[in-house]
Amino acid sequence: MSHVRDQPATGVLDDLDLYRRIYRQMLLIRGFEDLVQSLFLAGEVYGTTHLYSGQEAIATGVASVLEERDRVAATYRGHGHALALGVDPQKLLDEMLGRTSGVNGGRAGSMNVNSPDDRLIGSFGIVGGSIAAATGAALALGRTTGGVAVAYFGDGAMNQGYVFECLNFSQVFKLPLVLVCENNGYGEYTPYRSVTAGEICARVEVMGVPAETIDGMSVWTVRESAERAVAHARAGDGPVFVEALTYRFVGHSRSDPGAYRPDGELDRWRARDPIVVLRAQLEAEGVDAADLDEAEREMSVQLEQMRERGLAAPFPAELTAREFKD
Amino acid sequence: MPAIAFRTAIRDALDDELAADERVILFGEDVAVAGGVFATTTGLYDKYGPERVFDTPISELALAGAAFGSAVHGLRPVIEIMFGDFLTLAMDSLVNQSTKYWFLTQEQISVPLVIRSVVGAGGRFGAIHSQMPASWFMGVPGLKIVAPSTPADASALLKAAIRDDNPVLFFEHKRLYGLEGEVNGAAGRLGEAVVVREGRDITLVTAMKSVHDGLEAADELQAEGMSVEVIDLRTLRPLDLDTVVASVRKTNRIVVVEEGPLTGGWAGEVLASVVEHALGDLDDAWRIATPDTPIPYSPPLEDAFLPGPGRIAREIRARAR
Repeated sequence: MSHVRDQPATGVLDDLDLYRRIYRQMLLIRGFEDLVQSLFLAGEVYGTTHLYSGQEAIATGVASVLEERDRVAATYRGHGHALALGVDPQKLLDEMLGRTSGVNGGRAGSMNVNSPDDRLIGSFGIVGGSIAAATGAALALGRTTGGVAVAYFGDGAMNQGYVFECLNFSQVFKLPLVLVCENNGYGEYTPYRSVTAGEICARVEVMGVPAETIDGMSVWTVRESAERAVAHARAGDGPVFVEALTYRFVGHSRSDPGAYRPDGELDRWRARDPIVVLRAQLEAEGVDAADLDEAEREMSVQLEQMRERGLAAPFPAELTAREFKD
Repeated sequence: MPAIAFRTAIRDALDDELAADERVILFGEDVAVAGGVFATTTGLYDKYGPERVFDTPISELALAGAAFGSAVHGLRPVIEIMFGDFLTLAMDSLVNQSTKYWFLTQEQISVPLVIRSVVGAGGRFGAIHSQMPASWFMGVPGLKIVAPSTPADASALLKAAIRDDNPVLFFEHKRLYGLEGEVNGAAGRLGEAVVVREGRDITLVTAMKSVHDGLEAADELQAEGMSVEVIDLRTLRPLDLDTVVASVRKTNRIVVVEEGPLTGGWAGEVLASVVEHALGDLDDAWRIATPDTPIPYSPPLEDAFLPGPGRIAREIRARAR
């Protein structure tokens, strides 16, 4: 496993402009999640939400290596996956708010967002469902565009039948599938170690699928791993698995304060905040801190504008859905 | 036209659709090299090769998921879930992915997939290889359920199902596979019932194997001077209620014969709809279904369990005289 560099070295980031863009994406995701949380507390976002705060390096790092022909299946903790793929943040927010202008017209809500035009097959609300959707996408893409399908899922999904069935299925047929396990240490409220036998990658390797565990708080580590993974899948060598170690800075869902976490654990992970880690690296590589501060200010302004526009957008008047396509 | 068996009609329809549209692929357990455990895919692997027709692991959830994911990326998958009882294992992807996607994408992307599955009792397969899973899926918007009774409909409706842009569950009753009949090779239309026998005194609504039991009962009752109209639903979802209601307005009596548990079945759905739309025309309405127990293995027990022609004729005689 890679490690977080406490004393950043130079020459780590291969493309500073790219990482500046990734930095802005990570700021957007964090700010978006804070905004969703505040709107939730204000009663403007409904039901439940699962925030991506703390895991930003994974979605942005993986998305940075994908091509137009690739496709992604996200989880119900999927706002970050969507934003990293380029889903319009205003439309995504409006979806949370249940408005007509939402990316799915208010039909989907937080857990079910999809945007095929942005390469997002969907966000799948059943633990493990994303893996099946991506497996099928890989089956089709491998025969058509040569694209690769990426599935995001959490450590909790490792105990679902979806994982084993689709791992085996995709390996037998050598499908172009990249499996990204975001191990944030908890399946809902339960520490994954207390409900998961053995090591995650060992389960995968036994099927001959290459797997590696990486530091999911370091976006360049994620990007480098994703480059290797996508190359493997695109070459026709079958599925590949990445376990990215990460942490969510918030509870499982909006109703969860995370009281089950041991004292100090959150603080230890916050010290490895992927945004802080990337910023330190950018500065170490000579990026002007004032530029990065400016990016943060711009993001705050953009998010406030999004909030105002979203709250002003109309709700759908009525559901006019056709059950079937003619 | 020569008569062919129901299973051959299925096989030939698959062959025609694979030939007509290269987006159509067929996969499942033992469907390729072995030609299907019920011999419904014989020769298709040899003809179309492993890219189009392939054997899969025994992983019903992965099968259903692969069908969903490939259907929304340009393919038109046909998968086989060997016994309908195994649909429980495929259910999450089918119900929570395939039937939701058209709605959640704001009707931009549909899910053209077909799940073929072998269903029904009478084969001495016991409690977990004989069920009729229709009622498990009746309450799932976005899903079509096809249930043919003849080789002609098996062919026409399977072709229609493969050409349909929506998820379709296609049931093949295991006791119909040997039934022979003429097949014209044209695609049919989903969602249309048919009056297979005209009558005046009572409407008998049913599907699949029970159509033949109903017709046998109607013959028996005809000899006694009672005229039974028999409707083959052919598609259980969406239900063709117009055909049923039109018949009830004529006969004023309806019996729905469902091979499947009495409680929660589609027969109740048919009756509820008839009551809603034609209460004033009704003199009697009831269901003949299977008991609310698992299906027994022992031949005399299983035979007594099923709503065969004897029971159908007996109940109609008793209530409609």
